[in-house]
Amino acid sequence: MIVVVVLAAVMVAAAALLALVRLERGPSMLDRALGLELLAAALVGVVAIEAAWTRRTETIPILVAMSLVGFVGSVAIARFAAREPSAVRRRAADDPDSVPGEAPEAEEGDR
Amino acid sequence: MTEVDPGFWTTLADVVAGVSLLAGAFLTLAAAVGAVRFDSLLGRMHAVTKPQVLGLILLLLGLALRVRSWSAVTMLALVVVFQLATAPVAAHLVSRAGFRTGKIDEDALVPNEMEHDAAAAPPDRD
Amino acid sequence: MNDSAETTLRARAGRVAAQWPALAGLTVVWVLLWGDLSWANVLGGLALGVLVVVALPLPPIPSRWTIRPGPALGLLGRFVVDLVVASFNVAWIAIRPGPAPQAAVVQVRLRNPEDVFLTTTAVLSTLVPGTLVVETERDTGLLSVHVLDIDSSGGPDGVRDYLLDLEDRVLRSFAPRDVLDRCRAQDGTEAHP
Repeated sequence: MIVVVVLAAVMVAAAALLALVRLERGPSMLDRALGLELLAAALVGVVAIEAAWTRRTETIPILVAMSLVGFVGSVAIARFAAREPSAVRRRAADDPDSVPGEAPEAEEGDR
Repeated sequence: MTEVDPGFWTTLADVVAGVSLLAGAFLTLAAAVGAVRFDSLLGRMHAVTKPQVLGLILLLLGLALRVRSWSAVTMLALVVVFQLATAPVAAHLVSRAGFRTGKIDEDALVPNEMEHDAAAAPPDRD
Repeated sequence: MNDSAETTLRARAGRVAAQWPALAGLTVVWVLLWGDLSWANVLGGLALGVLVVVALPLPPIPSRWTIRPGPALGLLGRFVVDLVVASFNVAWIAIRPGPAPQAAVVQVRLRNPEDVFLTTTAVLSTLVPGTLVVETERDTGLLSVHVLDIDSSGGPDGVRDYLLDLEDRVLRSFAPRDVLDRCRAQDGTEAHP
């Protein structure tokens, strides 16, 4: 079992490192969101491997929380951060006096 | 290894757990390799959606087979359900945002059946 | 004044009653989180569920749906097999040497654009084959999917066939009888955009 755990942990750690590479390289905010999601998955994986090795169950709630938080991060970035630069640039090209930072359309239209 | 239970089923469960831990870790690594190697945002998104989700599921399956307690298994099942439900949504939102903000090189897509103009994007309805 | 307060109260209670699936789902999640089935957990989950449904109301889902255990199990089984195949396929594309394969965007028009089935098909198709849903149109049921490797997926028509097959499986599992019949009748006609 120890061999399996070490091998799996090494692979997941390598995955986390590669996720960091993607986070650093970008080039866009969306790529970073993607890297962040991957990093969260790798963290969940490491916690799972540790719990599988020691047969402990106390860390499992961490997995639940992290699997949810990773998702919220990417969705928030996809909805807001990714929209801003191009929207601001487009409006700035149209009208140099416009104030950046206001969303051009209402986000909560139909409820 | 806190308990020593020399039964056939426990040995089998441990073996299966080991195999799924290894497979899960491999898929997670492959997803990360894909996320670094693919040269388009959507390609990376593929890597993060499919192998990563199955990798995580396999890792959690291995964990469930190791701990073998119902309260842990139900919580892990919940993580799997969350993952299955949220990963496609996140992938869809990120790729749609990428398309609408013009971060995708649409010339690299052959065929591209969606003639898309980032400036004239259809209004949000979700 | 007393009267209007009573009607709002009644409307609110009706809204809670109309959302019983959400309530049941939240209760199940709560019980699963605690890990054991006890009256305290079930009642606590129900109370929290009512709180969530009242405090954060969602628009009602207009579509009717049902569930057929046989086809649903078939859908689930096929989904698991496809998930494994697709994951290892993408993993292999990621780690093999050489350049990335030719990607493409394919559009497919689903036969039934109702929200529930459109969403289910879209979510499943993002996980299962080498596709990723980029854009959906709710009123026409038009799905734009990004394909990682268009050549090994059998070209645009192969992707379309797979997605329509997937939608067929979803509809057979969850759609009411009349919707199913309508889609069957459409099957002979052109399903592509």
